[in-house]
Amino acid sequence: MKTTLILTTALTGFGFAAAAQEVNVVSWGGAYEVSQVEAYNKPFTAETGIKVNMIAADNPATPLRAQVEANNVTGDVFDIEVSDAIRLCDEGALVEIDPADLPAAPDGTPAAEDFVPGALQECAVANIVWGTVISYNTTKFEGQAPSTAADFFDTETFPGKRGLPKNPKRTLYLALIADGVPAEEVYDVLGTDEGVERAFAKLDTIKADTVWWDAGAQPVQLLADGEVSMTTVYNGRIFDAIVAENQPFEIIWDGQYMDMDMFVIPKDAPNPEAAMEYLKFATGTQRLADQAKYIAYGPSRKSSASLVGLYQDGKTEMAPHMPTSPEALENAVLDDPEFWADHSAELTERFNSWLASS
Amino acid sequence: MAVPTYASPLERVWHYFYLAICAAIFFFLIAPIIVIIPLSFNAAPYFTFTPAMRSLDPDGFSLRWYESLLTFGMQNPDSQGWAFWSDAWTNAKWVQAAKNSIIIGVFSTLVATVLGTLAALGLSRPEMPFRRAIMAILISPMIVPLIITATGMFFFYSNPCELLTLFGFSPECGRLAGTYLGVILAHATLGIPFVIITVTATLVGFDQSLNRAAASLGANPRTTFFKVTMPLILPGVVSGALFAFVTSFDEVVAVLFIAGPDQQTIPRQMWNGIREQISPAILAVATLLVISSIALLTTVELLRRRSERIRGVTPR
Amino acid sequence: MANAALDPHAAIATTASGVGQGVLTTADGRPLARALARSQGRARRKAFLLVLPLLAFILITFVVPIGQMLQRSFYNDGFSVHMPQVSAWFAATERGTPPDDAAWAALAADLTASAEARTIGVVGTRINYDMSGTRSLFTSTGRQVRSGIEPPYDQALLDINPAWGDPMLWSTMREAASPYTANFYLASVDRTRDEQGQIQQVEERQRVYLMLFWRTFWLSAVITALTFVLGFPIAHLLATLPMRKSNLLMILVLLPFWTSLLVRTTSWMVLLQQQGVINDLLVWLGVIGGGERLQMIYNQTGTIIAMTHILLPFMILPLYSVMRTINPSYVRAARSLGATSWTAFRRIYFPQTLPGLGAGAMLVFILAVGYYITPALVGGSSGQLISNMIAQHMTGTLNWSMAAALAALLLGAVLILYWLYDRLVGVDNLKLG
Repeated sequence: MKTTLILTTALTGFGFAAAAQEVNVVSWGGAYEVSQVEAYNKPFTAETGIKVNMIAADNPATPLRAQVEANNVTGDVFDIEVSDAIRLCDEGALVEIDPADLPAAPDGTPAAEDFVPGALQECAVANIVWGTVISYNTTKFEGQAPSTAADFFDTETFPGKRGLPKNPKRTLYLALIADGVPAEEVYDVLGTDEGVERAFAKLDTIKADTVWWDAGAQPVQLLADGEVSMTTVYNGRIFDAIVAENQPFEIIWDGQYMDMDMFVIPKDAPNPEAAMEYLKFATGTQRLADQAKYIAYGPSRKSSASLVGLYQDGKTEMAPHMPTSPEALENAVLDDPEFWADHSAELTERFNSWLASS
Repeated sequence: MAVPTYASPLERVWHYFYLAICAAIFFFLIAPIIVIIPLSFNAAPYFTFTPAMRSLDPDGFSLRWYESLLTFGMQNPDSQGWAFWSDAWTNAKWVQAAKNSIIIGVFSTLVATVLGTLAALGLSRPEMPFRRAIMAILISPMIVPLIITATGMFFFYSNPCELLTLFGFSPECGRLAGTYLGVILAHATLGIPFVIITVTATLVGFDQSLNRAAASLGANPRTTFFKVTMPLILPGVVSGALFAFVTSFDEVVAVLFIAGPDQQTIPRQMWNGIREQISPAILAVATLLVISSIALLTTVELLRRRSERIRGVTPR
Repeated sequence: MANAALDPHAAIATTASGVGQGVLTTADGRPLARALARSQGRARRKAFLLVLPLLAFILITFVVPIGQMLQRSFYNDGFSVHMPQVSAWFAATERGTPPDDAAWAALAADLTASAEARTIGVVGTRINYDMSGTRSLFTSTGRQVRSGIEPPYDQALLDINPAWGDPMLWSTMREAASPYTANFYLASVDRTRDEQGQIQQVEERQRVYLMLFWRTFWLSAVITALTFVLGFPIAHLLATLPMRKSNLLMILVLLPFWTSLLVRTTSWMVLLQQQGVINDLLVWLGVIGGGERLQMIYNQTGTIIAMTHILLPFMILPLYSVMRTINPSYVRAARSLGATSWTAFRRIYFPQTLPGLGAGAMLVFILAVGYYITPALVGGSSGQLISNMIAQHMTGTLNWSMAAALAALLLGAVLILYWLYDRLVGVDNLKLG
């Protein structure tokens, strides 16, 4: 044990000696990480000389919580979901962020007004808005094509299997929308017993035809294989399949579920100044607009929308593919972190119980 | 395995039937591996035999996933010649991951195998006290779901000296989380149950009187161990070490918690980004691993035969 | 060697010399019983010393950290630490006491302090574990009382949100006022507490954990049995073939083993899905029609096939390493004494393979119980296992106490099975006869 400790000290000393000017960013990995590296990190390092280390996690909120509880915070900036950001902020794990510190829009609009509603939280700043949307394989439907959430549940007219994620958050809302509940009332209805009952009853109608997916990477694969004819999917991923890989898929924006990814800084971050610097830089108007060049997720600033240009292929106009475009917003459900903080445990149990019964 | 000469006709039929069953099971084992090899040359980013692939159209195939193994993470993927390779060696994420996986795998296997074999020797002695309870403790890393283990270990490795505060000491010592040593120790812990179980199973059939015979012939305990015990239990030790190595080589959850940015491993690189897309690059990695392990195992086998021939031992 | 001192021949020799003196002694005159005890003690110490390094290693790197983690399953001070005054009131009063002015004042003071210290979320989360839908009550009340709250406190709090008057809430807070709780274990077996603190089953539509425990153990048993059926012939073939052939075939066993779990799981999806390779092949061969493709994945079948494949090497290798040590002349002797090949196999060969079978079955079963990645990806709705729930509580809902309670139950159940297995089969003395 003694040697172990000596060795440890030696190794840690070695590992952390070079921690002069750098910032550790924990994010989701994959194509999303690539877009952040291109749009944020490279220009950030070029401008400030601060090195950015990207660390991928399955869900960055988990290592964040573990690091805070273990008093061993090694990440400076974490990219997490809204509900986790609000919750961890309420638990005192995060640094508060004053919107006045964030850069104003190019036309002088202060940050507090420039961000879309919900994008600024006490301890968190959103960088992207992303949607869970319905997509279908056009080769499966000759003639009439589906166009609404209700069509997703209509296996008579639109035959074939359906793909849905294995969690209550991104399934129950869709059932209610398809059952005729307007998007803005979804959480009011879901807050009642009858509403939950109604959502499950609607899900029952396609339960036998559903393939349940777990990782975001799965639904596009299912669609490409022809295993399902329609599925819900993250909009950035399906955009990539349609535009970059020329797959015969279409998006239905009706009943979109909008979510945000937030940047947060934990208390006791090893490089707090660099972290703040990074957060301010990355959530600037131009940077957010640039990110859309690499992945079809919407910028969280209104002033970025007009700057969103072409996809990296140099010919596809990105604006109509954004989950924040007017068409996409028509019947969109915005994530309600408060609702899920209250009810996620209960509904998850209920959902799993429903899933397991035949 | 030949049919014995005294076998009845029925036994002969059974024998060939048995061989057919074995062939089918081998096919079951290997089918998923056969499938991934052509898929790793897929031009589309899916795990699917596309129509172009089925019709053997050359456009349906490409080396893009192999290329991405080198270029992903490189500073300057367009450079030529020596600069390209040295860049790939120092910066490409998959190359880094492969180096880390091998370092961590080898050292954690060493720790697990040495400690595990010693303990198995002790455990299989009839006079070992509290054998059952100790055995249960030693195999428990296998039982607790990994995610719980990983989180618990992270807390401990964040401040390994905290344990000493229970005894009234308050020394300052570094962290294990985020170091190679931390990941190696964690993986060794996860590999130990495999070594224990396989080695004790081999030792059950081990005839202790062989050790006594060696001792009575004047061998000291060390010689007895290396000349008598070790060769006999070697298959168990090797398969235990194999389990330990594979556990480390395919482990992602503990790495996610304990490893820092410098200790990215192959599985972590594979799982990376599963929210968006699992890239067929993982199939390219798998194919390369399959080819290199076939090469490695064949070489070992050829060397073994050669040494047998030289030593004049007839192969059994 | 330690065993030399226990040599039965030596003992017999000394016994013979000691006959007739009442007490058995060794050659140098010491009482035999004591000499034996001493040499046995020495042997025990030696054996223990061999195990000690590993035991210390595992205790430090595993048992202590896991202990700390599992402690969360019964210890959660989220409420008691941050709400000290109202916790003290609960401690001083009987269950069922309606909240008096002192209680309301304590609650208001605690809420204010906690909101200012930014710990109100911890408190709300803790109560929400036991009573769904209350987290926002705490956080929204916290935001309002931060700007000050005036007596009478009961009226002030009820004005902010009438839910503060709910007797169920007070009962739940009373439970949480002690950091020690059994509620996470209750929840893990689909039980909850009512207003009076009585334990009762949760509503039928919320019950899920017991069923998942049962399913996990059942599926693991099926998978273990399957790996045995498939692994035994292979291990036997490998063990009886000449080295040079068996080593080549061994590559076929090891290859899947080297291959990443994620890759193999993906590969099974490619093979088994309705538009997959196997269904295509069957349709092409005309075994099934194009419209009746088999559903072999995203259900329990998929989980069983993929997990059997992944765990098969864990059965084959221990069986193989034990079978290698079996001397073929035993079976030949049995045959020459007139046993049929079946009898010789059943009575002579098979019993000798039991240690390997035991080790393999234990490995496979325990690994199957803890797997969650493969079932999550290929299991569909009916292939979820209890480990999926643990992972979900760890990474999704961040309810680590619940995850710890489920894991502790799983660990306990496996240890009980291990103990039973030890009693029935014997872990260490799978001796032959």
